[in-house]
Amino acid sequence: MLKLLRRFRYHLLVFFAVLGPGFITANVDNDSGGIFTYSAAGARFGYLPLWTLLPITLVLIITQEMCSRMGAVTGKGLSDLIREEFGLRMTFLMMTLLVLANMTNVMAEFAGVASSLELFHVSRYITVPISAVAVWFLVVKGNYKSVEKIFLFGCFLYVTYIISGFLVKPDWKEAALYSVEPKLMLDKDYIYMLIGMVGTTIAPWMQFYLQSAVVEKGVTAKEYAASRIEVIVGCIMTDVVAFFIIVACAGAIWSVRPRDIQDASEAALGLKPFGQYAFLLFSAGLLNASIFAACILPLSTAYSVCEGLGFEAGVNKRMREAPVFYFLYTLLIVVGAGVVLIPGFPLVRMILLSQVLNGVLLPFVLIFMIRLINRPDLMGEWVNPRWFNQVSWISVVVMIGLTLALVGITVRGMP
Amino acid sequence: MGASPVADNLLFFTELVSMPVLDVQGRRIGRVKDAALVPMVSSSRIDRVLVGGGYTWLTIRYDQIRSIVLGKGIVLSDEQLTPYHDDEYMLRIGRDLLDQQIIDVTGRKVVRVTDVTMGIHNDGIRDTLTVLEVDIGLRSIFRRLCQGLVSPRWIRRLQRPIRPNSILWDLCNVVETDPLRRLRLNISYEKLEQMHPADLADIVEELSPAERGAIFETIDSEAAADALSEVDPKMQASILEALEPEKAADIVEEMAPDEAADILAEMEKGTSEEIMDEMDSAEKTEVQELLEFEEDTAGGMMTTEYVALHDNATAADALAALKGNTGLLESLNTLFLIDTEERLTAAIPLARSFIASGDTRLKDLASGTLIQVTVDEKQNRVTELFDKYNLLTLPVVDEEGKLAGVITADDVISVLRQK
Repeated sequence: MLKLLRRFRYHLLVFFAVLGPGFITANVDNDSGGIFTYSAAGARFGYLPLWTLLPITLVLIITQEMCSRMGAVTGKGLSDLIREEFGLRMTFLMMTLLVLANMTNVMAEFAGVASSLELFHVSRYITVPISAVAVWFLVVKGNYKSVEKIFLFGCFLYVTYIISGFLVKPDWKEAALYSVEPKLMLDKDYIYMLIGMVGTTIAPWMQFYLQSAVVEKGVTAKEYAASRIEVIVGCIMTDVVAFFIIVACAGAIWSVRPRDIQDASEAALGLKPFGQYAFLLFSAGLLNASIFAACILPLSTAYSVCEGLGFEAGVNKRMREAPVFYFLYTLLIVVGAGVVLIPGFPLVRMILLSQVLNGVLLPFVLIFMIRLINRPDLMGEWVNPRWFNQVSWISVVVMIGLTLALVGITVRGMP
Repeated sequence: MGASPVADNLLFFTELVSMPVLDVQGRRIGRVKDAALVPMVSSSRIDRVLVGGGYTWLTIRYDQIRSIVLGKGIVLSDEQLTPYHDDEYMLRIGRDLLDQQIIDVTGRKVVRVTDVTMGIHNDGIRDTLTVLEVDIGLRSIFRRLCQGLVSPRWIRRLQRPIRPNSILWDLCNVVETDPLRRLRLNISYEKLEQMHPADLADIVEELSPAERGAIFETIDSEAAADALSEVDPKMQASILEALEPEKAADIVEEMAPDEAADILAEMEKGTSEEIMDEMDSAEKTEVQELLEFEEDTAGGMMTTEYVALHDNATAADALAALKGNTGLLESLNTLFLIDTEERLTAAIPLARSFIASGDTRLKDLASGTLIQVTVDEKQNRVTELFDKYNLLTLPVVDEEGKLAGVITADDVISVLRQK
């Protein structure tokens, strides 16, 4: 018995030693864009879309698991591996797309910061510059360990969505029922919404970030069992949060009157009749998610690009040692935050553009990933087992299909 | 310097690739696909050029080449070409070097190869290519991106404003994880052994686990031990675990016992026992004793490497003792005196025993108050004492007052940094 306890304690320790990368990556998936997608789904269709969360979680786990496994076994980042196996030109092309896509993503995050604080009547001309400077300093002046701790705390703050979900007092029976019962309708808006939900599940930057973070953390193949659990728990937690966002919007907005909402802050306003706290928590969640993603996106982009193209990178390096890294990082924050302050800047179009860029990049990333992870010279005994390969090919093909469908819809609907 | 044109006797690998190859009559055979060194023969001369023509690749030996001219191509002097087969003694530039990581020994970092600069040397009979530099940075990236799209002459002109960034080939170290291939390619890590252990540790941290293993397997145990003690504590155990137990034991024996014990304590029990079984019995007992202590106590921090002399010893005795312990000299700054029951009686700053005449009793040179702690003293208290009394060393005694070990300032600094 004592031995069993000791073993359990050992495993728990290993788990905490590897805790971080998987959790953080999965949670940042619920950034301002993600929150908007889920809120819109709940506000328009109520509990109906809940069933998609189960397959979404599965696909998320499958793709994230592969990256963290590659990181642990090879000790190299995804862009490192792509460079080594597919050459400089391909890497350069992918990195260019990644920078563009992520730059527009960062814009969306700072827009989220602005709109969530404008709910409290604080001008964006104050909040956005302050948060941009704070984000910059956090990463530049911190080290990997302290930054990771702050990020993990940011993950914890997603709890606000769960509480606000409870405060709204939704119809739990219906929520439980529709979580497991797939509901398909041949309604154009409904199908668009489903594609949107699944299509935004995996973004290319996540794969790059997760793998680099696993490497940076020094997770080895031996600890990988614990790392895998971390990834799975992180993905589940992310979709639990998504569940509560949908449920909160279904209970607060859809049950009163189903309607389309324009952005996530409108969803927060919709929660107001259910108490000041529900509103407060929902907006605080949005602020947290936006800042959180605004920290990670520029950082992850700068990392991937420098790794792939062979420049020095890392928050532990000084500015003189890694000029390209710091230049890219600063550029993304300055441009991302800057355009939010330009009156009349076509922000919505930019965000749609980022969806298109992500959609173009994702097939490359996923296909390269599967090809890399099946290379015995890289992965040794850790290559995909056969059944897992089939499952991952299916999910990759489905994901690529849905993402491209989303791109199609976006391009057609673009002004 | 950035604006200077590239000399005509230099050739980039990106320019060599896809250069046409012409036979004695001037007929085109094909285009260059890759080039290879045979490090067993020469570490920098391009020994083979691989040509793709028709269905197979052909191998050109360096002595079959007459001339190499940018814009014209390679003209051969001999047509007896052999079909290419994957020769294990070849280090192929395009396949094995381009886009891979290598170690820049003087720059003390890991870099990724983007291009290779070669020199064309004419000895009156033929043109020979030698690898001069490995190119990294923006200029070579630009070259790679334009390669095949813009003519080489134009690329040379356009790249002028970009600052070059290259490393001399002699100062590079290729990393190869397969031991057999390492032998065949004549790759050694001797250059790394000359580096400062802390720099080597930084480099090792940037490599992948397999590459780390390759380096620690190959360099001599002393250099490996020095570097390993500078590596991030979290990584230390995983590096040793990946090595053969004998090699790991050799490295652990070379380390200070306290550091060795710290690493072994991080490992799974089975593995650390396997390593200890391979160790010499003297070192093994020392390490085992240290492993008994909790990590965050004085016992867990201390090392058992110190110089202790008898109560009545003189300065001349001290000198003799030091001569017998040359391995310790680098970090030694205090001598300890013990009585017949091995109880600690005094601590003497090393420098004082130097200026004393040979027959002075060490006892008389002792510092005013003897500051010591017991093995179970908490780590926090130890760091406090170092701060309060400005210590360089702190003796640790067991319950009976017997000298058990010594904590040095560098141990305290590591503890503080990890917080």
